[in-house]
Amino acid sequence: MGSKSKPVYLGVDVGSVSTNFVLLDAEAAGASVVWKKYLRTQGAPLVALKTGLAHMAQEGSWRIVGVGATGSGRELAGVVLGADVVKNEITAHATAALSYDSNVSTILEIGGQDSKLIILRDGVVVDFAMNTVCAAGTGSFLDQQAHRLGIPIDEFGQVALRSTSPVRIAGRCTVFAESDMVHKQQLGVDIADIVAGLCQAMVRNFLSSLAKGKELLPTVFFQGGVAANAGMRRFFEETLAQPIYIPEHYDVMGAIGIALLAAEALAEGHKPTRFLGLESVLRSEVAAQVYECQRCPNACEISEIWRDGTFLASWGARCGRQGRADQTS
Amino acid sequence: MRITFPHLGNAYIAVESLLRGLGHEPVTPPLTNRQTLERGSFHSPAEMCLPFKISLGNMLEGIDLGAESVLMIGGWGPCRLGYYGEIQRLLLEALGKEVEFITLEVPRGNYSRYMVHLQKLTGSTKFDHLRSGASLSWAKLNALEELEILALQTRPREKKRGATTGYLQYQLEQLRAAETVQEVEEILSTASRGFLRLRAREQNRPLRLGVVGEIYTVMDPFSNLRLEERLGYLGVEVVRTISLAEWVKNHIFKKALGLYSLAPLRRLAAGYLRGFIGGHGLESIARSVDLARKNLDGVVHVLPLSCMPEIVARGILPRVSRDHGIPVLSLMVDEHTGEGGFQTRLEAFVDMVQRRVGRLGK
Repeated sequence: MGSKSKPVYLGVDVGSVSTNFVLLDAEAAGASVVWKKYLRTQGAPLVALKTGLAHMAQEGSWRIVGVGATGSGRELAGVVLGADVVKNEITAHATAALSYDSNVSTILEIGGQDSKLIILRDGVVVDFAMNTVCAAGTGSFLDQQAHRLGIPIDEFGQVALRSTSPVRIAGRCTVFAESDMVHKQQLGVDIADIVAGLCQAMVRNFLSSLAKGKELLPTVFFQGGVAANAGMRRFFEETLAQPIYIPEHYDVMGAIGIALLAAEALAEGHKPTRFLGLESVLRSEVAAQVYECQRCPNACEISEIWRDGTFLASWGARCGRQGRADQTS
Repeated sequence: MRITFPHLGNAYIAVESLLRGLGHEPVTPPLTNRQTLERGSFHSPAEMCLPFKISLGNMLEGIDLGAESVLMIGGWGPCRLGYYGEIQRLLLEALGKEVEFITLEVPRGNYSRYMVHLQKLTGSTKFDHLRSGASLSWAKLNALEELEILALQTRPREKKRGATTGYLQYQLEQLRAAETVQEVEEILSTASRGFLRLRAREQNRPLRLGVVGEIYTVMDPFSNLRLEERLGYLGVEVVRTISLAEWVKNHIFKKALGLYSLAPLRRLAAGYLRGFIGGHGLESIARSVDLARKNLDGVVHVLPLSCMPEIVARGILPRVSRDHGIPVLSLMVDEHTGEGGFQTRLEAFVDMVQRRVGRLGK
C-alpha cells in the first residue's frame, strides 16, 4: 500500500446487507485493487459509509481522484460523498467482470437480498434478470440457515462439499425450505447432505426464476458474497455442465465496476472529481429524514438528506419537486 | 345522479365532462394514492390483479364523497376485466354500500341489457345537451393525451428537471376547468408552445423506447410507479403504443358497429401469435414488432401480476427481441412492487440500450 498519497478511484457499493469499498490504482490500467473493505450495512447505510471511510483513512494515504456509487443505497451515497457517477449495480457488475475478462458472456451474482443474472455478448449487456421479491436464493437465507445449524457461514460451502448424497430440499420458498430441512434433520440425515441439498435447491431456484429462456454461454462468472460458498459453485458447475469462474475480488465486484465507471466518465469529460474530501465527509453530521408529503393526495414518501443542518437533497416526490418540500403546508 | 368512477391516469378529466353532459354530477375520487391501494387490496380477493384492487379502492373513496352510483366498464373475452364490475358490485354490496352499479360494455348479443344500463346514464337528457357534453368530453380526452405526449417528448430534453411535470400538471388543471371545445383547443395550442420553451437548446438524440402491455398498467402512472416519468428523467423519450381515445374508438364505436378488425395486428404478430388471447396480449406482440420495424431503441412491457394475456405475451417477447434485434424489458407490477428494484431494472435497461446504440453507431 502506498505511503505517499497515491491517486486512486473510490468505488462504493451500498447494498442492503453489505457496504463495500474499493480503491483502484488510478495510474494502472484496468482494475487494480489497492484496498478493499467489506462491511455489514446493518440497516444503517450512513454509519457504514463513514466507518468504511474511516478505515480507509487509517489504512493508507490516498488522493481520491474520482468516486462512484452503486447499490440500493447509491443515491444516498452519491449525495453524501459527492460522487461523480451514480449507477445501478447491474451495469457496475458487468463493467467489473468485463475488466477481468472481455469474453464474459454470463454473470451469476448472488448478494445479500437479491440475485441477478446478466447476459453479455461481445462485451455488451444484452439481457438481465433480477430477483428482488423472493428471499429464497439469496445470501440472507443461507446466512440464516447456517446460523440455525450452528455452522459458521464461511464453512458452509466446505460442509456442503463433504456430502456424498445430497438430499432434495424444497427450495422454492424459504419457509418451505426451512421446514423441509427440519424434517430431513429429524429423519437423521447427515448435516453435510442437508447443507448440500440446500445449496442445490438454491442453484435450482436461481436458474428457474432467472434463467428461463436465456442461453448461459461461457465464460461464466460467479460473483457477489455467496460466491464464497464452494458448494454453490460446484452445483452451478454440475448443473450448467461448464466451468464457473470466481474472480479474485468476487465480493466487491459492484464497487470495482462503479470505480471503473467513474474513471471512465471523468476521463471522458476531462473533469475534476466532485468528491467532497475524506476529511469533510468524516467530520460532517449527515442525517436522513423520511416523511409523507401532505401537499396533494399523492402523499409521496419523501426522503431528505441533511448535512450539518443544511438541506442537501430529497427524492421521492412525484411532482418532480427536488428542493426542500414543506412538510405541513 | 352523483356518479363516481375508477381512475385511469388522467381520464377523469374527460369522464367528468361526459357525466355532466348527461346531466349527472361527477364525484371524482381523490387521485389514486397508497391509501386507495391499501383499501382496495384489503377488500379484494388476493389473486385479483392490480387494476381490480385500485379501481375498487377508487370506488370506495368515491362513495365516501357521497356518490350514489358507480360507473365501471365491462367487456367480454379471456381478460378477467369483463367480470370485474360484477364482482366489485357484489363486494360493495357485502360492505353495505348502497349504490347503483352501472357497467358499460360492448354488447355481445344482449342489447336489451346494454340499453338498460345506457338508459340509466342518459335518463331524460335532451339530445342537444348530450351531444355537446359528449363532444366536449371527446375533445378533452384527445387533448389530455396530446398534452401527455408533449410531456413525454419534452421531459428528456428539459432544461430544468421537473419543469415538464409541473407544466403538464398546470395545463391539465386548465383542461379540467375548460367548458367549451374552443377553450380546449386554445389550451392545446398554448401548451404546445409552452412545452417547447422548456427544452434545452443543445442536446443529443434521446433514446426512444416504446411502451407496450396491459392498458391499465400502461396508462395509469400510479400502478406503474410513474414509469413514463422515470424513463424521461433517465433521458428517454417514451413512445406510446396505447391511447385511450384510440381504445374508445375501436372498442366502443367500431366494435359496436362491427367495424373493428384485428387483421392489422394479426399481420404484425404473424409467426408468434395467431389471434386474440384477451386484453392486450396480441397487441403487445404486434406493437413490439411494429416498434422494431420503426427502428426504436427498445421496448418496455408492463403487466399486472397474474394477467393471463400479458403472461402469454411475456413468454413470446424474448423471441421477438431476438428475431428483430430489439431489447425488451418486461416489468410486472402489483401492490408489493418495490420501488428500488423497479428503478434499478429501468436504469440497467437504459444503460444496456445506450451502450448497444452507441455500438451500433445509430
